[in-house]
Amino acid sequence: MIVLLAAAVIFPFFAGRYMMSIGVSVLLMAALGQSWNIMSGYAGQFSFGHAAFFGVGAYTSSILYVDYGVSPWIGMLLGMGAAALLGVLIGFLSFRYHLRGDFFALVTLAFAEILRVLFNNSAALKGAEGVLIPYRDVWQEFQFRDDRIFYLILLLMVIAITAFIGVISRRKFGVCLIAIKESQGVAQSLGVPVLKYKLAAMAVSGAAAAMAGTFYAQYYGFIDPGTVFTSSISVEAIVPCIIGGSGTLSGPLLGALIIVPLQELSNSLFEDVHGLNMVIYGVLIVVFIMFCRDGIYGALVKRQKGVET
Amino acid sequence: MTGLLQVIDVCKSFQGNVAVDHASLTVEEGAVTGLIGANGAGKTTLFNCISGYYHPNSGTILFQGKEIQRVQPEKLCRLGIGRTFQIVRPFGLLSVLDNAAVGGYNRGTGKKEAYAIARECLALVGLEDKLEMPAAALNTGEQRRLELARALATRPKLLLLDEVMAGLTPTESKEMIGLIEQIHQKGMTILMIEHIMPAIMSLSHRIYVMERGAVIADGSPEEVAHNPRVIASYLGSRGGGTEYAEHH
Ligand SMILES: Nc1ncnc2c1ncn2[C@@H]1O[C@H](COP(=O)(O)OP(=O)(O)OP(=O)(O)O)[C@@H](O)[C@H]1O
Ligand SMILES: [Mg+2]
Repeated sequence: MIVLLAAAVIFPFFAGRYMMSIGVSVLLMAALGQSWNIMSGYAGQFSFGHAAFFGVGAYTSSILYVDYGVSPWIGMLLGMGAAALLGVLIGFLSFRYHLRGDFFALVTLAFAEILRVLFNNSAALKGAEGVLIPYRDVWQEFQFRDDRIFYLILLLMVIAITAFIGVISRRKFGVCLIAIKESQGVAQSLGVPVLKYKLAAMAVSGAAAAMAGTFYAQYYGFIDPGTVFTSSISVEAIVPCIIGGSGTLSGPLLGALIIVPLQELSNSLFEDVHGLNMVIYGVLIVVFIMFCRDGIYGALVKRQKGVET
Repeated sequence: MTGLLQVIDVCKSFQGNVAVDHASLTVEEGAVTGLIGANGAGKTTLFNCISGYYHPNSGTILFQGKEIQRVQPEKLCRLGIGRTFQIVRPFGLLSVLDNAAVGGYNRGTGKKEAYAIARECLALVGLEDKLEMPAAALNTGEQRRLELARALATRPKLLLLDEVMAGLTPTESKEMIGLIEQIHQKGMTILMIEHIMPAIMSLSHRIYVMERGAVIADGSPEEVAHNPRVIASYLGSRGGGTEYAEHH
């Protein structure tokens, strides 16, 4: 873990432009994955709409910045708040009507789609044209000429979310989330305030995804509904968890570290096959769900335990 | 004397299927009360009403004199109703200790306290040397005891046990009887469903018998065992051993 961290920190000082962009992609996927991990990996509420939170984060900071001159740092915090509220809203509506499993996943998907359509068609929200972030090299405005700083900030975000998960997984909140995932009914019988905890997990998870959304907007300098509210963002939140091991601390990190390079490789090999990455995701998910339920990290842990005993 | 728990004229039906039909019973503080009846008689459904998983269609449930028939399960746990489930459901991913700690947090104000309660309850059921094991790795007997420890860790005033001996070997059942006796000696009030007759006869102070949702008899174990109606309806028709799935 520490070696990995050290490698991640010194990476930008050795990597070229191309490698840097891959590094950012890995971290972005890791951030999204960890965000998904809280709500779906730990609390067991399967989200198929994390793009909703990501997009809300990206749009909140971007519109506030472009139209009102609010620093994206502040915009990021506001976006996180908005996404947390959205999480609570989605959760409240779903749980109020006792939606679980597939139906819950569909509701999250529906919210992401509704937001995409809404942003696409509303002039006040910049419509299909999206938002272009004007470039100024001012750190107070979350802008840096040096990509390495962007990278390190994103790394810090990933560390923060991961540390958060690490802390809660040893405390009441995390243990109770796993209990809820395994059996909500039993958890209730033991006095766990199930609704409150699920909503809290959704709020935190949404906020984390929104943070990644703001980063995305600031780093790439452009967002539109088709990129930030698209279901491929939602998929990118899920895939690293399924591959690496959802409900584990380092699984999603490992997943992101494996998938992004794999995706780059396939893109360079089959340059003109559009949408190939989605096909690869699909195949990977099916394979892992069939043969490696616990993900790579989970399998490794099991293996190690097997050797020990 | 009014009991710790009073079920008064409770009805619960599912799409017209009556599962509990005007059932009434009283659980005295400090006693072990048994609930028996053939498969599908409505015992688990009544438990689910008492512990807040189902809200009765009519009737009243009083716990410490307060109406609880519309209260949610987690709130009832807070009030002091603990339960186990007919089908064991350990949190398989969590360690044995964490499993019990989930219950411990019900009373424990902090982590330290919750885990102290958890350890104490696990020691009571004899799982003290499996604390770090994932709960999924326990055998059925151990899982039953873990369920018991988990419920005890919530520090209930009333403990509802739904067939805690189902699936146990005769030796394990015997140990379980001893364990329940021990818990009762410590002052716990217990309401238990059990199909194993010798077990429920020896443990209970009073037994209620259900048939097709209704309570058809009650009394001391001897009275119930000699009640012709009970013999005809229940003791006679036992057998087959079909296990009903738990509904909720
Ligand atoms: N959620 C539900 N939906 C529909 N029917 C139900 C539900 N729960 C229970 N029932 C029905 O209510 C009746 C009573 O079931 P219950 O599980 O309470 O019986 P039981 O006395 O616990 O039986 P067993 O000894 O087999 O556990 C059965 O006919 C059952 O099919
Ligand atoms: Mg039953």
